[in-house]
Amino acid sequence: MKQKTIAVVGAAETTEMGKIPDTSQLMLHADAALNAMADAGLTAKDIDGIATAGDSPVEVAHYLGITPTWVDGTSVGGCSFMLHVRHAAAAINEGLCNTVLITHAESGRSRVGARRFSRDPASLSGQFEVPFGITSPPTMFTIPALRYMKQHGVTEEDLAHVAVVQREWAAMNPRASFRDPITVDDVLNSKMIAWPFRMLMCCLVTDGGGALILTSAERAKDFPQKPVYILGTGESCETPMISQMEDFTSSKAFRVSGKKAFGEAGIKHADVDHLMIYDAFAHLPVYGLEDLGFCDKGEGAAFIRGGHTRPGGRLPLNTNGGGLSYMHSGMYGMYALQESVRQMRGIAPAQVPNAKISIAHGVGGMFAASGTIVFSNEAP
Amino acid sequence: MADYNRPLPLPTPETRHFWEGTRDGELRLQRCTACKESYFPPRPFCPACGSRAVEVYKASGKATLYSYIVNHRPRPDFGTEPHSIAVVTLAEGPRMMTNIVDCPQTPEALTLDMPLEVTFEKASDEISLPKFRPAKG
Repeated sequence: MKQKTIAVVGAAETTEMGKIPDTSQLMLHADAALNAMADAGLTAKDIDGIATAGDSPVEVAHYLGITPTWVDGTSVGGCSFMLHVRHAAAAINEGLCNTVLITHAESGRSRVGARRFSRDPASLSGQFEVPFGITSPPTMFTIPALRYMKQHGVTEEDLAHVAVVQREWAAMNPRASFRDPITVDDVLNSKMIAWPFRMLMCCLVTDGGGALILTSAERAKDFPQKPVYILGTGESCETPMISQMEDFTSSKAFRVSGKKAFGEAGIKHADVDHLMIYDAFAHLPVYGLEDLGFCDKGEGAAFIRGGHTRPGGRLPLNTNGGGLSYMHSGMYGMYALQESVRQMRGIAPAQVPNAKISIAHGVGGMFAASGTIVFSNEAP
Repeated sequence: MADYNRPLPLPTPETRHFWEGTRDGELRLQRCTACKESYFPPRPFCPACGSRAVEVYKASGKATLYSYIVNHRPRPDFGTEPHSIAVVTLAEGPRMMTNIVDCPQTPEALTLDMPLEVTFEKASDEISLPKFRPAKG
């Protein structure tokens, strides 16, 4: 895409987050959307493009009273919203629509009006993975890690450090689900989930949602909030089966998506002031740092352990506390995008001083798909 | 087998040969007769070169342990927690998910790259699942 032709002019999360037993999943979409429209000074009549994942964009558009000329239901897991941003940017540039609303909501914990998980026993995963006991992300996403750990000499303590550092960020965020400091010992003594993964290395399960509104950079100046421009975007996918990843020590989807986004943005790694890497589990920021090119192969865990991503470090990472401590309703990519936008607006609870470029990198499924967005707060 | 109530695969036309193989005590793979690539999961064309000229053959059943977890979460339908959920690299190249059986389900007993061999666990009259155990000798 062309740099800085598109901007985020509205961004908001649901009014409440965490445990919201009195609100359905559909209403969580609407709550986030209404908050984002208020943020942008718009109503549903001003929206002519709609995108969501998991649920149907038709459902969300109808519920909100939106009549779109552009619809995107790309649903490739928790990074879908990065892909929506990318697709929306192209659509706006092509004149298919002017003002796009992207929503995510999931009653992930309370399961009010939420879809049931089920895997078709005739699908490839249903035939060749599910019968061996995988049920949900904790028994799937975790499987590659041991190979990575052996190859690079990374330990359970190293993984524990990821959770500890993210809790440091969460402590600065009033909306974070978990804010009390934790130690490496706390992580290593937490309940065993799927060895080598313990409870505190796994993301939360909460209720919530978020919404973004995008329009052309030209129009963005007329909106009440400071525009956040899109510098570059990337997307890719690899496999719906974790067992069929090409290499358990690296995600091909991460590499392809990240390279594309960096290329479009025309930036170097040293230009990046703030980074979000979808952390469903403690090994994901490690893979992300390496596959995006911030660290050499095998160096990601040492980089985090060395304090470079913690408050005051040179590459602030997952500054909302991440899926491990902030919130995770099921498709966390939206919250990574929200935090990047807050950082670019200069209003994040743990604001990185003078941050000018932020990257939000998402994963979908279990290393199945990926999307990367490079943001900037500097006007074109 | 009588009380087997775990999720079972539902074969499709493209995968039936695999599940007929495991039922008959054979691990069947496919390979491309054009580029010679072995691949998994089953499909009637080569994912490496796109050729439809592929053949089914009996694999050696030998593998090595690529990666795994030991699941501690409750699985009432399994009732075997903690149990391994593993991905193995077959001698022929492709990888597949499985469980490592006939050995303690511990990090000490399950070492990466250990040699394994296939064994078949009968789940129903139609379905036997390919599992792997430490190779003998």
